[in-house]
Amino acid sequence: MLVSIKRIIRWGWQGLFRDGGAATATVFIMVLTISLITSIFLLKEASSFLISSIQEKVDISVYFKENSTEQEILNIQEELSKIPEVQNVKYVSQEQALQDFIQRHKEDPVLMRSLEEVGRNPFLASLNIRASDPTQYEAVSDFLDNSLFGYLIEKVDYHQRKPVIEKIFSLTANLEKSGIVFSVLLVFLSFLVVFNTIRLIIMKGQEEIQIQRLVGASNWFIRGPFLFQGTIFGILSALISLLIFTFVCWFFGSQISILFPELDMWTYFLSNIWTIFLIQLLTGIGLGVVSSLMAIRKYLEI
Amino acid sequence: MIKFQNVTKIYLENTIALEDLSFKINEKEFVSIVGKSGAGKTTLLKLLLAQEKPTRGRVFFDNQDVHKIRPEKLPELRRRIGSIFQDYKLLASKTCYENIAYVMEVLGKSNQEIEKDVPKILEIVGLTERAQNFPAELSAGERQRVAIARALIHRPDVILADEPTGNLDPYNTSEIIHLLLKINTLGTIVVLATHNKEIVNSLGKRVITLGQGKIIRDQEKGRFIL
Repeated sequence: MLVSIKRIIRWGWQGLFRDGGAATATVFIMVLTISLITSIFLLKEASSFLISSIQEKVDISVYFKENSTEQEILNIQEELSKIPEVQNVKYVSQEQALQDFIQRHKEDPVLMRSLEEVGRNPFLASLNIRASDPTQYEAVSDFLDNSLFGYLIEKVDYHQRKPVIEKIFSLTANLEKSGIVFSVLLVFLSFLVVFNTIRLIIMKGQEEIQIQRLVGASNWFIRGPFLFQGTIFGILSALISLLIFTFVCWFFGSQISILFPELDMWTYFLSNIWTIFLIQLLTGIGLGVVSSLMAIRKYLEI
Repeated sequence: MIKFQNVTKIYLENTIALEDLSFKINEKEFVSIVGKSGAGKTTLLKLLLAQEKPTRGRVFFDNQDVHKIRPEKLPELRRRIGSIFQDYKLLASKTCYENIAYVMEVLGKSNQEIEKDVPKILEIVGLTERAQNFPAELSAGERQRVAIARALIHRPDVILADEPTGNLDPYNTSEIIHLLLKINTLGTIVVLATHNKEIVNSLGKRVITLGQGKIIRDQEKGRFIL
């Protein structure tokens, strides 16, 4: 048994060196596939970061009648903070709202003049509510509409913003869904390419496989060297891909950070390096071994 | 030991390679199969090696129907047969030495046995100098001798030789025939398919003559008559 395994490994090893061209082609194609899968893994992180940063920009505001006191509003703020779906409630006083408006529109003389003409602060005090999940805004809005302090509320701008919130929600959900479909498709296509490359290489050795059968080699003796080669291809391709991604994340990570300061690809890559290498290794070995097995199968029938 | 029982092999409609063939080969026999090209000699050997299936009839090896053997058990049958193919069937990616050693490795022989036996057979077929060459680097005659060495190395029960001297000069031809005769005296069945009239006539052994897929003649101490 041990002698047989040694012989299988020796034949596999010999094959690698005697047909270096085919080996290089296979490793090249496998590196492409593994890189694609690694990119999907890294892009998933980047896209979920982007999606959550878009979702964070969504909020609703509750405006209070002019006669409500600050204490009443602060009480409501406290009540709202207790709701588990609510992530954050910010109080904006009448004065603050006016200052925000002036700050935002100080360049616009028409608006500033109309504000002067009104002669008083026309803004209402409000609470700015941010939910942990965009689907929860409906619930928060219902809670406000039906609450005991409803008499203090002038308006909840959820109904106004509803279409925008829903659009963002469906956009991010679609983005995630189409991302998954697209990745699965790409992975499938690249698997096909690797499988066909290995199949073509084994097809070249078809006659040898048949001769081996005719001189009495058992199927495992014939498959063995190919499986060994498949494993070596997988390990080699995984190592090359890891090197490529180490360089890419190190080089481009800082440039991405300029665009999105909170997205640090290099740190993310380093902290997940073992997971990434495991994914690469499993993909490589899996591809190499499964493709070889499938490609040899039909030549073993003689 | 070997029995063909009403064997018919039809490749395509109207292409009958063998028709209702029945004969027996006993232990220790040396049988020549003769006939014109396309008479069915190679097909007959392929059926015995389970390389092809008969359209009708059965082929027995050691009382076992060769075509009822499960694919995973076929290697066991083939290890008992040493085949010399007309087109040599050498492993292109292995050297002469490795081609011959491969059969012993498949059989699970020890490295010591391989290192002892392979150089010996290479010397017998006169290829010691060529041990590390690949088949593509050899002449047709040299390839044929590697194929012969590979068929003999593991001392099989039966040797199937399909035109083993087709590419050899008269000197090498008589050497190889001598070798086959010697192996036969040690108890190995030899089935020799050939065109070579001189060889067959000089052997004085059993001759089965095929014509259009049928047995025309089957004679002990036969001669080459078509």
